[in-house]
Amino acid sequence: MKILVCISNVPDTTTKITFTNDNTQFNTSGVQFIVNPYDEIALSRAIELCEGGKGTVTVVNVGESQTDPTIRKALAIGADDAVRINAAPRDAYFTAYQIAEYAKTTEFDMILCGRESIDYNGSQVAAMIGEFLDIPSISIIKKLDYDGTTATLEREIEGGKEVISVTGKFIASCSEGTAEPKIPNMRGIMSARTKPLVVIEAKDIEQVAKVQQFETPPPRGTVKLVPAEETAKLIDLLHQEAKVI
Amino acid sequence: MSVLVYVEQVDGKFKKSVFEAVSYAKAIADKQGSNLTAVSIGNVDESELKALGKYGASKVLNVSNDQLKNFVNQAYASIIAEAAKKESADIIVLSNSFSGKGLAPRIAVKLKAGLVDGAVELPQLDGGKFLVKKTAFSGKAFAITELTSAVKIIALNPNAFGVKESAVEAAVEAFSPEIKATDLSAIVKEIVRATNKVSLPDAEIVVSGGRGLKGPENWGMIEELAGLLGAATACSKPVSDADWRPHSEHVGQTGIAISPNLYIAIGISGAIQHLAGVSSSKVIVVINKDPEAPFFKVADYGIVGDAFEVVPKLIEALKAHKS
Repeated sequence: MKILVCISNVPDTTTKITFTNDNTQFNTSGVQFIVNPYDEIALSRAIELCEGGKGTVTVVNVGESQTDPTIRKALAIGADDAVRINAAPRDAYFTAYQIAEYAKTTEFDMILCGRESIDYNGSQVAAMIGEFLDIPSISIIKKLDYDGTTATLEREIEGGKEVISVTGKFIASCSEGTAEPKIPNMRGIMSARTKPLVVIEAKDIEQVAKVQQFETPPPRGTVKLVPAEETAKLIDLLHQEAKVI
Repeated sequence: MSVLVYVEQVDGKFKKSVFEAVSYAKAIADKQGSNLTAVSIGNVDESELKALGKYGASKVLNVSNDQLKNFVNQAYASIIAEAAKKESADIIVLSNSFSGKGLAPRIAVKLKAGLVDGAVELPQLDGGKFLVKKTAFSGKAFAITELTSAVKIIALNPNAFGVKESAVEAAVEAFSPEIKATDLSAIVKEIVRATNKVSLPDAEIVVSGGRGLKGPENWGMIEELAGLLGAATACSKPVSDADWRPHSEHVGQTGIAISPNLYIAIGISGAIQHLAGVSSSKVIVVINKDPEAPFFKVADYGIVGDAFEVVPKLIEALKAHKS
């Protein structure tokens, strides 16, 4: 079995988000980059499925050389090898196309990734890869079992879940619950340095979406405190002033 | 030139988020001076379809087929792409729901279309540019995104655009494009849906609990409060990590981002990751015994006090208010 796991290089979850150049660029100064947390869940599930010599895990990233430390982190968690498609990701369409083109050149049984990246919050790449490859895509799963030919997946829906069965190649985007994120151990960190990381060139494709400007949310006014002994007053405020109940 | 809106049905009915999407699509069609067509897939009564006219759809394409009773994104994407071609639609609108997230990207590839998901406002047409504002960095910012493709797709966040009525007569038309067998290769085995609960992503009011509640056994009052408000329940990351509550209730940067009209946070200190997921709520109420809790800095209303004393009083006051 071979599993491809797509990983994205994103700012750490504690990052204070600021912008430069007239709010047209994300300010990366002093920012720590990590493996997108949802991709880490996908990677952890892939490693679990391949445990005991049942298969290998290849991580795939679209990025320039500065994403190499993030890729090494994924190798330290337990991926067997890595491929970096050498380009700055322009939009989801571009990223999905690059990964799909790479997938066409290699054997695989399934492709896993995170439900969305925590920077641009597009949940686009997985389903786009599915369409480029004409294979089923199951978005936002919280459980994945695989018997070697058929996968059983649980997908999140509003107010519940849906159980889906797929035979043959597929791609799924993982959310919380699919696996507990694995933490790299010392041996993993040491071996990550020597695991293969192959760099391939990107293919050209038309750009369809471009971020023109960022905005930060307007600051909120100061909080109106209601004394604990006058709790009932809060209901009046929400009803009469805020008009939300 | 026209606008197409996909109307997602659940058990043959449309939810508020669908009416929001139709109202939003109608506003774009009006800006463009074009018509709005809706496309519905699955078994929906004609009266439900006709009712979409109330929000501005002048035509409804009805794809009714037993094979398509359950959502299979490959087949649904093919149908919507075909509907867009048939109607010469250059803009496609749908809800940014769980199904929408699995659907829109596939349509985008089929039509070589740019996609904005998580849109929060109507597109701006600025000097020939097509710009859409969407949430980014898990609610810590917005990104104004330009779509440069001929066909454009917008997935609208729930609670971002109000339902608007614009009484139009909707003509319902049967539509039956061909469906490839490979488009139906993923099989839905089972659907489990709690019918008595408000779904979190669409909820107008959300009551959320954190570690301050001390244990899963104390969620009774949270559920009672939510029940009285017609609200959905949610929780912070430590709570779902400890399995006090299911992961599907975790809101925040690595959970789900929500934008209800009212968010009530009880016993949640307000870590930056949590705030990211809820900061676009219209009104935030924080109940915490620590006056220094960072959540108070972004709250509209607050009570400094012990949740175990404040929440029961709140429930009482709410009952009195309702009667």
